[in-house]
Amino acid sequence: MKKREAVIVGVADVPLKDGRVAEPLSVLQVQARAARDALRDAGLSMRDVDGLLSTGMWGVPGPGQMPTLTLAEYFGIAPRFVDSTNIGGSAFEAFVAHAATAIETGRCEVALITYGSTQKSEKSRSLGGRPSVLTMQYETPWGMPTPVGGYAMAAMRHMHEYGTTSTHLAEIAVATRKWAQLNPAEMMRDPLSIEDVLGSPMISDPLHLLDSCLVTDGGGAIVMTTAENAKALGRTPVYVRGYGESNTHWTMVAMPDLTRLTAAEIAGREAFRMAGIGHDMIDVAQIYDSFTITVLLTLEALGFCKRGEGGAFVSGQRTAPGGAFPLNTSGGGLSCAHAGMLGIFLLIEAVRQLRGECGERQVQNARTALVHGTGGALSSGATCILSRS
Amino acid sequence: MYEKPLPVIDPESQPYWDALKQHRLLLKRCRACQRCHHYPRELCPHCHSDDVEWSQAAGGGHIYSYTVARRPAGPSFKPDTPYVVALVELDEGVRMMTNIVTLDVESLRIGQRVAVQFDDVTPDVTLPKFRPA
Repeated sequence: MKKREAVIVGVADVPLKDGRVAEPLSVLQVQARAARDALRDAGLSMRDVDGLLSTGMWGVPGPGQMPTLTLAEYFGIAPRFVDSTNIGGSAFEAFVAHAATAIETGRCEVALITYGSTQKSEKSRSLGGRPSVLTMQYETPWGMPTPVGGYAMAAMRHMHEYGTTSTHLAEIAVATRKWAQLNPAEMMRDPLSIEDVLGSPMISDPLHLLDSCLVTDGGGAIVMTTAENAKALGRTPVYVRGYGESNTHWTMVAMPDLTRLTAAEIAGREAFRMAGIGHDMIDVAQIYDSFTITVLLTLEALGFCKRGEGGAFVSGQRTAPGGAFPLNTSGGGLSCAHAGMLGIFLLIEAVRQLRGECGERQVQNARTALVHGTGGALSSGATCILSRS
Repeated sequence: MYEKPLPVIDPESQPYWDALKQHRLLLKRCRACQRCHHYPRELCPHCHSDDVEWSQAAGGGHIYSYTVARRPAGPSFKPDTPYVVALVELDEGVRMMTNIVTLDVESLRIGQRVAVQFDDVTPDVTLPKFRPA
């Protein structure tokens, strides 16, 4: 019997205006629209869906704690494969991995992955009733600013050990803004200089306002099926060549080494091993950018440069349009949209790059993409390597 | 009236918080591998043994990393800004999140020696904080 190969066959995100969904929508509506559009993109319909994967902080505490229960009911389906693993913003990279496994082993035929958030419309950046376990005893009483504080302490330690500077971090924000300026859907179009980043208000030393992601609404969906089905549908498949995931801690106290993303090291190693390719084969990367330091630490953890050399790696606008390492080509979380959990949007942009749909920001001959999500407080990492052949 | 968030104490951590009220800082120490850990757990996170016991920390350590919160973690911390949240590495080898109590937030550096001080924020809760040693 021919091996079943899992592919991504449909993607969609919900249009935003100034970071908000264009009209007042519930968080379930947002996901329904994204699902409808991704299924249309795939040439499929909701009745074909037999695998459902979703997570989010919406409705926590409440229905959002069991999101596939709520969404299956709302969509009117009874899937035979479900997954609501919540490892934070990297969950969606893990969902692609889990769905690929489910499709390849015949547990489902068409998997739908959704995410939605209306945090900006609701004027909340709530992490949704975080459980009182651990953080409420060992972090919160001392006024740990979340989520920025943990990232700030990681940046401070990285600077201490390796001489990384605020200018290095600003390089990432500036390069990402240049990509955003090429994206008609993005939110932040004003030119940005390194001086602008360094001159923006300090939030939590050493991270400035412009080292931090935006707070926006957002909704997205991804449809996966077999390569055989994609061919029958006449759609361009994006292959899932490798994946990996890990998580190491919940509280910052327990992060093994603040300069090192152990979870990303594990996830990346697994993904590259499975894909059987080297780093030089990656044409475009989408790396979770909750903060500039997140990107720098991830580049090191995935092995694009050595530990401690992330600052040098991103210098000279290397990750900007025209640079040697195209990174976060939509404008990322720093300059396009960050709807609480960014992971699904990184995947959507990677698929669009591999399908050659990105207009002005298209990376020429993008054949292989790496996507990496980060969740919690540098806690979880999940990597996908995608290719168009 | 103390308005900042208070720890939600559970059965596992009750002895830790009880000792703090008496101005003693307790760690869990593993009799199998001799290493300490914080916060207190049922199984040693280093060797996974269940042979763990309470042990009193000497109270000294150094700053492993820190941040200066220029924006508060909620309204109750606003009067304190800018304030320092740090990960202190105790001489026993464990890290804990805490505040560095100082009037000069700009003077701190990673590696700096610090010593515990006990802040009785309510009759029932004492928070371990640190000051430059």
